[in-house]
Amino acid sequence: MSLSSAEVSAQVARRRSFDRWFGRVCQGMIWVAIGLLGVLVGGVLLQGLRHLDWQFLSSPPSSRWAAAGIWPALQGTFWLMFLTALIAIPLGLGAAVYMEEYSHRGPFSRWVETNINNLAGVPSIVYGMLGLALFARALNLGASVLAGALTLSLLVLPTIIIASREAIRAVPPTLRQGAFALGATRWQTIQHHTLPAALPGILTSVILALSRGIGETAPLITLGVPVFVTSGPDGLLSRFAAMPMQIYNWAARPQQEFHELAAAGIIVLMALLLSMNAVAIAIRNRAERSLKW
Amino acid sequence: MKRFWCAGLLAAVILSGCSKPADEAPTPAPTPEGGAPVAAEPGAPAATDLSGAINVSGSSTVMPISEAVAEEFMKGNPNVKVTVGEAGTGGGMKKFGAGEIEVTGASRPIKDKEIEACQTASIDFVELPVAYDGLAVVVHPQNDWVDHLTVAELKKIWEPSSKVKTWKDVRASFPAEPVKLFGPGTDSGTFDYFTDEICGKEGASRTDYTASEDDNTLVQGVAGSKGGLGYFGFSYYVNNKDKLKVVPVQAEGGQPVEPSETTVRDGSYKPLSRPLFIYVSAKALERPEVAAFAKFYVEQSATLAAQVGYVGLPAEIVTKVGERLSAKTTGSTFSGHKGSLADGLAATPAAAPAAPAGEKGK
Repeated sequence: MSLSSAEVSAQVARRRSFDRWFGRVCQGMIWVAIGLLGVLVGGVLLQGLRHLDWQFLSSPPSSRWAAAGIWPALQGTFWLMFLTALIAIPLGLGAAVYMEEYSHRGPFSRWVETNINNLAGVPSIVYGMLGLALFARALNLGASVLAGALTLSLLVLPTIIIASREAIRAVPPTLRQGAFALGATRWQTIQHHTLPAALPGILTSVILALSRGIGETAPLITLGVPVFVTSGPDGLLSRFAAMPMQIYNWAARPQQEFHELAAAGIIVLMALLLSMNAVAIAIRNRAERSLKW
Repeated sequence: MKRFWCAGLLAAVILSGCSKPADEAPTPAPTPEGGAPVAAEPGAPAATDLSGAINVSGSSTVMPISEAVAEEFMKGNPNVKVTVGEAGTGGGMKKFGAGEIEVTGASRPIKDKEIEACQTASIDFVELPVAYDGLAVVVHPQNDWVDHLTVAELKKIWEPSSKVKTWKDVRASFPAEPVKLFGPGTDSGTFDYFTDEICGKEGASRTDYTASEDDNTLVQGVAGSKGGLGYFGFSYYVNNKDKLKVVPVQAEGGQPVEPSETTVRDGSYKPLSRPLFIYVSAKALERPEVAAFAKFYVEQSATLAAQVGYVGLPAEIVTKVGERLSAKTTGSTFSGHKGSLADGLAATPAAAPAAPAGEKGK
């Protein structure tokens, strides 16, 4: 059966119009996402910007909204992020390197893989309960900054492992084989070739994971992290405040002014997140540029 | 080389923020306005010598008062680090019973089970009322049919077996507008108190209502639905008067009473005005900084509670609470008790945890 040329061109026209239509639908979806984000950011800026000044950044919380600030919570969040990175990056990276470079594919490695993938989807409050039972109570760390960081490390670990593995897997096998051919050991290959080549991807994964950690409230609430703390942590076992908890607490108050403080806190947290991402992108770009193969 | 890059730069990302010294949070110089009278009291120890750490947690309703007290206390005692968290009344009691915190706030008296838990852990406590709070029953501002609700009607709406679907089911003269219910979740002391007073049994409530631990969500919910009805802390009504209409509540044999500072304080807003408590560990009270903090809390409670939106206790009650604190009377006189604060404070702890707990436990 053959089609006349008119029929063919009609079909082509139909397909083309469908193609255009589909493109527009996809574009519309992007605008929905951007629009929602815009409304959200705009609303927060509108509410919080007038409270955002040096006094807000440098003062401890207070029951009088005019005097309240976010400084101890900001310090607490920095400590939390630093310690979490210190604990989770070596663990996550080590696990990823082992699973990609050393372990043999078999039932055991598949089982581990499935479990890690499942862990990435576990709700954060479950990690909070684990942290409370294990770190705060059994290890007697209390609601300290160390217990908080250990809990958040568990939370971000699966994300770091999964994404780092993807990055390592994306390194061309020829690179490894070249190194092996020249007599390099596994570790030498990893150290000089695989890891540097995978670095951009690994950094992205770490930053994404830490960005998730920085905004978590539920595990900290479960751990019993206090809200009103007037100074930043002075040691690993010191009690601390964290920004998401402070924001949550302000948002739950009856007074409108505290809701505005919560919005100001959100702006600070967003700025922190964006600058973390910006630094990560800068590092990644430099790392990418220095790659030659 | 690139390896160092990775480590060094990553550290730089995170360290950039941490390099600031952690301990320089500026403590404002003590100002004369707030807590001066206590510190200046002749018999009081030189307060600024005190040091140590005090951890407060518990009810999120009591949290703003504790925060205000902690703030004022640290102005006079900069070396004492007071932290205030919120875990809910029940969650705070668990932490208190586990010895994790020295002071816990409660928006209802301690329960028998919680007393037992404290006994098992041999933690004695001193029970101190610190403020009054009213529970406001609110409806949508355009709701022009409700002028008051009786306790029986509230019970009809909220009891577990409730058949109320529209306002007509509540009272025949009301229109057939569907009722949309908003209330706190089951972890909240407010929920415990309301269900106990209205439905006659703690925790007895219908479950098909919109529950939220965040009272602002409840405010939004009631303000957004014409047939809405909700209950939450009085201060959330005060701060949203333009969006809500408060419902006077009529107790059995009484007149409909609207919640206000006066009616909550004198107890005429029945049965939905409740005392707020703190529970202080008797063992921790042996530490001078905890004793000073508890004393300060009681003495300043009236002023500071009012400042953060609650109703301060009358002076004579505050005096009695202070006496209970200095006598370190342990045990609860409010657990399961329904009467005025004065009666409760006059009573001696009946089921005192001081009684030989070991034998009783068997």
